[in-house]
Amino acid sequence: MTASSTALDAVLLHHPVWRGGALALAAPQGIPTGFGLLDRELPGGGWPAGALTEFLCADEGIGELQLVLPALAALSRAGNRVAWLAPPHLPYAPALAAAGVRLEFLTVIRAPGRRDALWAAEQVLRTGTCRALLAWLPRANYTELRRLAVAAEAGRAFTALFRPLQAAGESSPAPLRLGLEPDGERLAVRILKRRGALLAAPLRIPIQRPVHAVGGALLSAFRTRSPAARPCPA
Amino acid sequence: MALCFPRFALEALLRGRAPPEGADDPWAVTENRSVLACNAAAAAAGVRPGSALSAAWALAPRLRVLPRNAAAEAGALEAVAAWAWQFTSRVSLEPPQAVLLEVEGSLRLFGGAGRLMARLSSGLAGIGFEARLAAGPTARAALWLARGASETLEALPVCAIAPSPEALALLHRIGVRTLGELMRLPRAGVAPRFGQELLDELDRALGRIPEARAFFVPPERFSARLELPAPVAQADSVLFAARRLLLQLEGFLAARQAGVRGFALSLLHRGTQATRIEIGFAAPRRDAEHGLRLLRERLGVLALASPAEALRLEAGELAPLAGATASLFRDACGEAEDWERLLERLQARLGDALVHGLALHADHRPERAWRTADDDGAAAAGPRPLWLLEPPRHLGENDFVLLAGPERIEAGWWDGEDVVRDYFIARTQAGSLSWIYRGPEGWFLHGLFA
Repeated sequence: MTASSTALDAVLLHHPVWRGGALALAAPQGIPTGFGLLDRELPGGGWPAGALTEFLCADEGIGELQLVLPALAALSRAGNRVAWLAPPHLPYAPALAAAGVRLEFLTVIRAPGRRDALWAAEQVLRTGTCRALLAWLPRANYTELRRLAVAAEAGRAFTALFRPLQAAGESSPAPLRLGLEPDGERLAVRILKRRGALLAAPLRIPIQRPVHAVGGALLSAFRTRSPAARPCPA
Repeated sequence: MALCFPRFALEALLRGRAPPEGADDPWAVTENRSVLACNAAAAAAGVRPGSALSAAWALAPRLRVLPRNAAAEAGALEAVAAWAWQFTSRVSLEPPQAVLLEVEGSLRLFGGAGRLMARLSSGLAGIGFEARLAAGPTARAALWLARGASETLEALPVCAIAPSPEALALLHRIGVRTLGELMRLPRAGVAPRFGQELLDELDRALGRIPEARAFFVPPERFSARLELPAPVAQADSVLFAARRLLLQLEGFLAARQAGVRGFALSLLHRGTQATRIEIGFAAPRRDAEHGLRLLRERLGVLALASPAEALRLEAGELAPLAGATASLFRDACGEAEDWERLLERLQARLGDALVHGLALHADHRPERAWRTADDDGAAAAGPRPLWLLEPPRHLGENDFVLLAGPERIEAGWWDGEDVVRDYFIARTQAGSLSWIYRGPEGWFLHGLFA
């Protein structure tokens, strides 16, 4: 090692020089996602608490909830409350229970209108009694998101906003934005925005898919007879 | 200690009025075509209690006049007494416009006479009364001091002790202006000239002879009515008046060391049925501001059919309220209470049915295998989606590619809603996995593996 590189190391070590390749290490401790691959790339080593996280999904049913489910299960098992705000469909209790979520800590809030949903989100965040809020606000604009971001900073909740992938082009006050797309049996997660350096390649997260659990064997046996030709039950 | 309300006749009728709506309009209450009480705006124009109505109108042409309502005054005086019961259990009414409190035993608890007076003043302002307070060694002395707005009995003008008009005229004629001058007159001469009654009153004030007073007993249940000076058409402008009633309820509950599980606010209309708003609490509560927040959410979405003329607040069953122990750290107990408050607020605005928990239910039919409330559940056999569509969406034959299945679910023949379905996992669009079934009516999308 030459003297000059030693001197450079000393400068980097002792002076507040931020290096482009480094993540913001000072980020507060996150909530572990349950996916090691993702934890390593997120500032704080998990889902940020007290800040908005946007999940921009290409479609429904691509496994977007699987991404947050391990964190929800862990939070609920530790006795923390989780609120689901304005979900597009019914969160299905048997599937949640099978994933290890304790249902007694879940609350579903269905809002009749967009303004009601925003109001309820702000109430939940400001009260600070929920450790996680999952909200579906597809048409929220920047001002409304900004308001939610301020409310989220007041609390310590993991605040997940689910919005369509088309919203990726709009600016957002959320410090963490993820784009989710299907990728075979996995979920391709692109980190669109985070505190720290950008990540060019998408992360391929191995999520739980139902086909693994059943296996293709049943169906292949079934396929020998065409589904349409099969007599209808009853 | 005496609480004297110089504008009581007016405040009993006007305290439901929100300050922004014509705060500086002159108002007066009249009896027999002379002014009984007037507000600050009217007083600034020169209107005095006792002046003739025609003279008052000449001074303030915009003067708005209400006839005296003795029943409303009596009701308001009892409301003040019930509210003041939180400071002492020995409250006595002095109609028409004063309340006496025996506070000797409460001074230490409330941190001295000065602090108690400050609390009384601000509390009374909250429920809509402007009070003149005075403390004295006897009830009558305190009452006279409050009426006459004087520091000592000696300096008190004789008119404050309300002698008969003839006695007052005679006192003025002989040059007696203050109580001190009256007390210095020889006793033997006072009784025949002004009546024994005046001497007795003086002796009661000075504590020479005892005074028997009846103490006020507050009612068992809380029910208070407030007239709105002008009919109100917007439900949310009722809030200001409702706050007065809620603060009154808070005082009533504080006196009983209790909370309520809920209250009902009725908006009374002329001719038609009252609009009743019921607010329930998860746990007994006393806090007026919390009740007001819930009420605000409910009133915000309410459309009134006809203008409201009066409000009535009724409290439900009283429940003992456990005193909260302040803790050094924010503990789980306080958090649970915050959570309850949050749920109450959300339910007040969105409706009870839209805010619910989730639970399992032992049924093989997928749409019945969950409940909004607590229930014991059974585990599902195969993989289940995280989203369930309500109701299932019809699918065409070519809208999907089957990936796995089938799982037959055949149940419910016993209650007439039988289900005979073969469930499959299918790919509907690029990358979306869904849970579909085939029944007698064809293919349906029932869930999404989100």
